[in-house]
Amino acid sequence: MFKFIASRTLQMLAVLAVTGTITFFLVRLAPGSPFDQERNVSPEIRRNLDAYYGLDQPIMVQYWRYFSKLVTTGDFGPSFKYSNRTVTEIISESLPVSFELGIYAMIVAVAIGVTAGVLASLRPNTMMDYVPMSLSMVGISMPTFVMGPLLLLLFGLQLGWFNVSGWSSFGDKVLPSLTLGFYYAAYFARLTRGGMLEILSQDFIRTARAKGASELRVVLRHALRGGLLPAVSFMGPALAGIVTGSFTVETIFQIPGLGRYFVTAALNRDYTLVMGTVILFAALISIFNLVVDVVMVWLNPRLKFD
Amino acid sequence: MNIRHFPHAATAVLLGATFLTTGCVKKASKVALGNKAQVFHFGNGGEPADLDPQVVQGVPEHNIIKALFEGLVTLNPKDLSPMPGVAERWEVSPDGKTYTFYLRSNSVWSNGEPVTADDFVKAYERILNAKLAAPYADMLHILEGAEEYNTGKLTDFSKVGVKALGPKKLQMTLKAPASYFLAMLNHDAWYPVPMATIDKFGKRYDKGNRWTRPENIVSNGPFLLKDWKTQQEIVVAKNPKYWDAKQVRLNEIHFYPIESNDAEERAFRGGQLHTTNTVPTDKVDSYRTTGSSLRIEPYYGAYYYRVNVDKAKEKNAALLDPRVRRALAMSIDRASLVKNVLRAGQVPAYSLTPPGPAGYRPKEQTKYDPDGARRLLSEAGFPGGKGVPKISILINTSEDHKKVAEAIQQMWKKELGVDIEIVNQEWKVYLSTMHGLDYQIGRAAWIGDFPDPNAFLDIMRTGNGNNETGFASPEYDKLIVNSWSATGAARIEILQKAEAILMQEMPVIPIYFYTRSYLIVSSVKGWSPNLLDDHPWKYIYLDETVQPDKMPVLGAVR
Repeated sequence: MFKFIASRTLQMLAVLAVTGTITFFLVRLAPGSPFDQERNVSPEIRRNLDAYYGLDQPIMVQYWRYFSKLVTTGDFGPSFKYSNRTVTEIISESLPVSFELGIYAMIVAVAIGVTAGVLASLRPNTMMDYVPMSLSMVGISMPTFVMGPLLLLLFGLQLGWFNVSGWSSFGDKVLPSLTLGFYYAAYFARLTRGGMLEILSQDFIRTARAKGASELRVVLRHALRGGLLPAVSFMGPALAGIVTGSFTVETIFQIPGLGRYFVTAALNRDYTLVMGTVILFAALISIFNLVVDVVMVWLNPRLKFD
Repeated sequence: MNIRHFPHAATAVLLGATFLTTGCVKKASKVALGNKAQVFHFGNGGEPADLDPQVVQGVPEHNIIKALFEGLVTLNPKDLSPMPGVAERWEVSPDGKTYTFYLRSNSVWSNGEPVTADDFVKAYERILNAKLAAPYADMLHILEGAEEYNTGKLTDFSKVGVKALGPKKLQMTLKAPASYFLAMLNHDAWYPVPMATIDKFGKRYDKGNRWTRPENIVSNGPFLLKDWKTQQEIVVAKNPKYWDAKQVRLNEIHFYPIESNDAEERAFRGGQLHTTNTVPTDKVDSYRTTGSSLRIEPYYGAYYYRVNVDKAKEKNAALLDPRVRRALAMSIDRASLVKNVLRAGQVPAYSLTPPGPAGYRPKEQTKYDPDGARRLLSEAGFPGGKGVPKISILINTSEDHKKVAEAIQQMWKKELGVDIEIVNQEWKVYLSTMHGLDYQIGRAAWIGDFPDPNAFLDIMRTGNGNNETGFASPEYDKLIVNSWSATGAARIEILQKAEAILMQEMPVIPIYFYTRSYLIVSSVKGWSPNLLDDHPWKYIYLDETVQPDKMPVLGAVR
């Protein structure tokens, strides 16, 4: 297992280097500069700005400077747009918020999704299957920018239970977590149902039932471990998607997470912030996938580390 | 319990518990609590890039900075006339070029140090120093020698027209007299900055200087920076050391960087904001018919189309003929555009400069005259629009710009028979296309930084960075320079002549003058609408006896 993790970590570093390099050049290829503003500055001032941020250097020199600094000091540099903050500061402020939202949403998604999937698989092709599965189809089809405002309208504006914007009290975190969680719950429900149906038709389940194990024991003890495999393999991409792709939910609920920077940094041509967020997200996705692979081996004895 | 029932029950209990503990009781809104405690909740439209008055250039930054800092002069919010700020009085020399300001003795920084004339001199050296690369440095170019110092042609700052004649006596010399000089001083670019603090927390000319952090900042305005939670809120609290502290009635202002119009409108409806930055266009009508929260007020800004008139860079030869440009301008039915497309009280524009400040009314105006337009087009050799190459309109990607462009596309096709294509580009791409004059006709907008026609007409001078049309007219330039030293009716006449040249040559096609539309609760008092949307915080307070406003019931989805 140690060898497996070590080799995957090395692969991950290579992926990060390639991703970082491609991003570095792509973002500079895009027309427009960080300092293009509606109100134009004089050419002299523009030259000074470029010089201050090192953009007057040949691109290979910029590349070398950026990566040698990053590798030796771990410093992503100052943000171009938010001039008195560094990219590292921005990330360290907003990543925990994204993680917190991601974890709540994941809890909602797994709790609802797995429960619905298991229930559906127990009585396939009955109402107990159709209702949760239809709901999950609605969940998959309904984007967060519809679900979020709907929840806000009902629980925020009509009933007045929650604030409609902000991220300070625990109450502020309920609706965004549900919005993001419902969307992924739908996927988990469908994956769990599929996995459970396959497992429940296996011989060892029949054996367990024949030996007189209770239904509760059959489902929780014997079937669930195998039935969850498809859902677990989806958890890595889902968590990465939740943490990195929460732009919409963050905008609707005014949450100070990293998802918004990921998008706005590109629009602002905030080169250093783009680099920081892309490298970070690439790392997160790689790590989540690695963790999921390890969990998969633990859940499925047929798999081996290699 | 049967497994098939267990998860249902568990989920119900969990969800119920969550809702109960997080309060399924309607609580007092932030606005109601704020009214009691004099805490103002302000929708600020975006996260400020920084709070250094010399480095920033956006409106969200300005709203906060004007709470934290004060310049020599402030503007009367009712009529935008200059009023004493840090300077308690001033004298102007007979030739109108030298201003002597007497700073009030009780104006101090938040660390207790007095605000001195030298603070202003040092601040102006910093903003003009090329190393800082300040975007608004050109505001100070009105000072003698400032432009030369800013562009590196002059290295000795003592030759720039700003001098401390004593701790509380400041003299400024202009390169030419300018009647709007005092009004300009209300702008962030002219605020003093605490140089000792700046030097303490970083290099003086570095942009990454951390002196504006809440724990470091020293300021001289009616409020102090208390907290800065990025992308959440910025809190400023009353400054007890401010010279006019007895005038300040608000205890705190909370600025929320809500970028999404819809999210902001919901926050307002949910009682979380006293004012919004804007109103989503499709909700204007609902607010118009319900309640009294909607405000639509004239704003000192123009929405117009630039026409690329640079002979070397314009790809559409027809547009190089001023008659064609005038024909295009004359065939836009602005009244209909404003009424049916924009729908938020905008005013049709027949000149670049909005009328009003300094008693200025543009004289020669382009009119809506489709017949005249067709005649002009024929004269130019394109009867019925025949032979005009397809014209492209460049806009930055936005629903609103697209709607306007499509309406104009239709008008030009119908009235003149010319074919139009609309090219939309993402914001930064659009800016770089504009700067490179790589367009035929392009959307543009300009907001006056101070209440004077010069704020608009100056941008069309040859080589001005914001001209961006290639328009170069020595006659126009001369008129603008002459207007600096003229006063009263003579000055207005010169400016009208200059504007007439613009409307003859038509490098810019005016479309409409902006309005500011926003939402505000009735408990906000001391808020005076004005053209610059400038609302000095020290006059604003909240009246808790005012009943909550009626809110429209609107759909959540759009």
